[in-house]
Amino acid sequence: MNANDQITLSPTASNIDGPAISPLKKGATVSTAAIGPWRLIYGKLIRQKVAMLAGAIILFLYFIALFAEFLAPALPATSKPQYTYAPPQGISLFTTKPDGSSEFQLHVKGYKVEIDKIALRRSFVVDENKIIPIGLFVKGPAYKLWGLIPMDRHLIGPYNLNDPMYLLGTDRLGRDVFSRLVYGTRVSMSIGLIGVAVSLVLGVVIGSISGFYGGWVDTAIQRVIEIISAMPTIPLWLGLAAAIPLTWSPVNVYLVITVIVSLLGWTSLAREVRGRFLSLRGEDFVTAAKLDGSSEMRLIFRHILPSLTSHILAVVTLAVPTMIVAETSLSFLGIGLKPPVVSWGVLLQDAQNIRTVATAPWLLIWPSLAVVLAVLSFNFFGDGLRDAADPYDN
Amino acid sequence: MLGYIGKRLLYMIPTLFGMSLISFMIIQLPPGDYLTSMIATMSESGQAVDPAQIQRLKEIYGFDDPFYIQYLKWMWGIVSRGDFGWSFEWNQPVSGLIWNRMGSTLVISLLSLIFVWAVALPIGIYSAVRRGSFGDHVFTFLGFIGLAVPNFILALTLMYVAYRYLGQSVGGLNSPEYAEAPWSLAKLGDFMMHLWIPIIIIGASGTAAMIRILRANLTDELHKPYVITARAKGLPEYKVILKYPVRIALNPFVSAIGWVLPHLVSGVTIIAIVLNLPTAGPLLFRALVSQDMYLAGSFILLLSALTLVGVLLSDLLLALLDPRIRFN
Repeated sequence: MNANDQITLSPTASNIDGPAISPLKKGATVSTAAIGPWRLIYGKLIRQKVAMLAGAIILFLYFIALFAEFLAPALPATSKPQYTYAPPQGISLFTTKPDGSSEFQLHVKGYKVEIDKIALRRSFVVDENKIIPIGLFVKGPAYKLWGLIPMDRHLIGPYNLNDPMYLLGTDRLGRDVFSRLVYGTRVSMSIGLIGVAVSLVLGVVIGSISGFYGGWVDTAIQRVIEIISAMPTIPLWLGLAAAIPLTWSPVNVYLVITVIVSLLGWTSLAREVRGRFLSLRGEDFVTAAKLDGSSEMRLIFRHILPSLTSHILAVVTLAVPTMIVAETSLSFLGIGLKPPVVSWGVLLQDAQNIRTVATAPWLLIWPSLAVVLAVLSFNFFGDGLRDAADPYDN
Repeated sequence: MLGYIGKRLLYMIPTLFGMSLISFMIIQLPPGDYLTSMIATMSESGQAVDPAQIQRLKEIYGFDDPFYIQYLKWMWGIVSRGDFGWSFEWNQPVSGLIWNRMGSTLVISLLSLIFVWAVALPIGIYSAVRRGSFGDHVFTFLGFIGLAVPNFILALTLMYVAYRYLGQSVGGLNSPEYAEAPWSLAKLGDFMMHLWIPIIIIGASGTAAMIRILRANLTDELHKPYVITARAKGLPEYKVILKYPVRIALNPFVSAIGWVLPHLVSGVTIIAIVLNLPTAGPLLFRALVSQDMYLAGSFILLLSALTLVGVLLSDLLLALLDPRIRFN
């Protein structure tokens, strides 16, 4: 054995001038053993372009949710009955002066009324000749940022407060769809987060108990999970949401809806956690900790759970879109969130009637696009995260 | 095999029991009951409420009994004489209202399942065999859209497109002129014309998920040595792929019924409300809103039982396909 060692050592022995441990050369890769798992996960994640793009979109959506009051040109409840079902206007950059030269001026086109001779109905069309100057950081309706800081500046808006600027059109009551969509982002995206937080707690606690103790506890919990996940979700959601009394305040309804949505969402998380627990339970580091006299609590929370955080994160990300769709479906049916709360589902409620959609397709298109964008982004990002979650796996 | 079936059937009993308990708990949740809301509407419209009559109704329906007594009474009625209780709103037994609706729910769910299979199988095989091709990318993209668009939004969009560009109304399962007509070939044709929209909508997300599963499984199988052997032996390419790898990749396909079916039943429920289909969905929705508790509870219970039977069937089918499961 010694002879063998010397043979393998001999090439380094000839290089006698160098230091015993050669410093890392520039450009050489570091051994993976020296890097922490989180940096490895990050490194793996950053290489997935689609997941990174999806992550950026998610951040952007939460940015909108955070600064909804500032980003929306109008307040969500302000209605102007003189502009019902006004179609969307596009933003143009240049205006033509009387002498024919063009000048830079952000503007939208105004509206004119047309009367449909057959349906005998008033409808608005964009009037190419009317120009409404708009600007960035203009003064608009007063609001309180996060309900605290009084402000009246908006990212974009008409200089003259009474001019109509409806980038995504208006609804039945002449409310600005764009502003309502921005405010709806706050409610819909936060329901996803809070709902996931609730099911995270339920899933992790129940899944850990099930996977850690095994035996009859595990069997009982698995049965319950099987029953819940075999029941079709929509009828259950309907039943639970219909139980909310009509007299409750919007805030209460909001909280209860998040709980309802997460009541059925925790099962997949619990399953994932249990599976990982079962495989980690026999690992050497757990046995070592147990022999060192760690309590069960310490074993679960100090030793096992941290090593599956990245997996939990991935499952959680993939659970958010389910929550968002659940809220949207319930609100759409009229038993979830109710006006004056604005969410994507509440906005889609206006598009329930096919005749309304035929008159004002923008009521269906924009909220739907928002839902689809959010769901797609969370799915892509979650997929990327799941692939990156196990950095030692090749 | 018989022993396996027997064991599975035994397992179903506690599960069904748990489901019935959950269903009953949900319909018991709303504060008050059908009587209190009836009294409220009666006094609002100025009708006199006779306390003696109220008391009589309360006794008949057992509203004053504790939770478990009411539950046991309900369960006993179902188990002993197939009596699902009384619908207050329709003023007739629940069982008379339910079966028709459950039948159409079952038909649409099954047709959607067949649609999912029929579409996902060829596309999944194509995507796995021609991995990375243009067609594969197109299907992957479509699949993601199918997964991401909530089905009621898909329904609204298709309704809008049909209304706007085809001039066709797409609600219901029959055109108005056939609604009351007896079944005939013409009515069947009309029925089929209406059926494809809900089936596509309900099946969309399931199809997308199925394609992903099949593609992943088949890709793993295609690189195994036995495939190379088969090819080296000079078997025609379609046989190399269809005879062995596809058969193995089909296993998860069959077991997937277990989670696709609850999904489809859910989809039928909400789509039926949007498209106004005569399935369980709209009736369940109304029953829930008006606190018609036995009707709502029976629907939730039966829809759950339906998925349970689906899971059972998929397990049996899987055992038939794969002897390893039978003998373990």
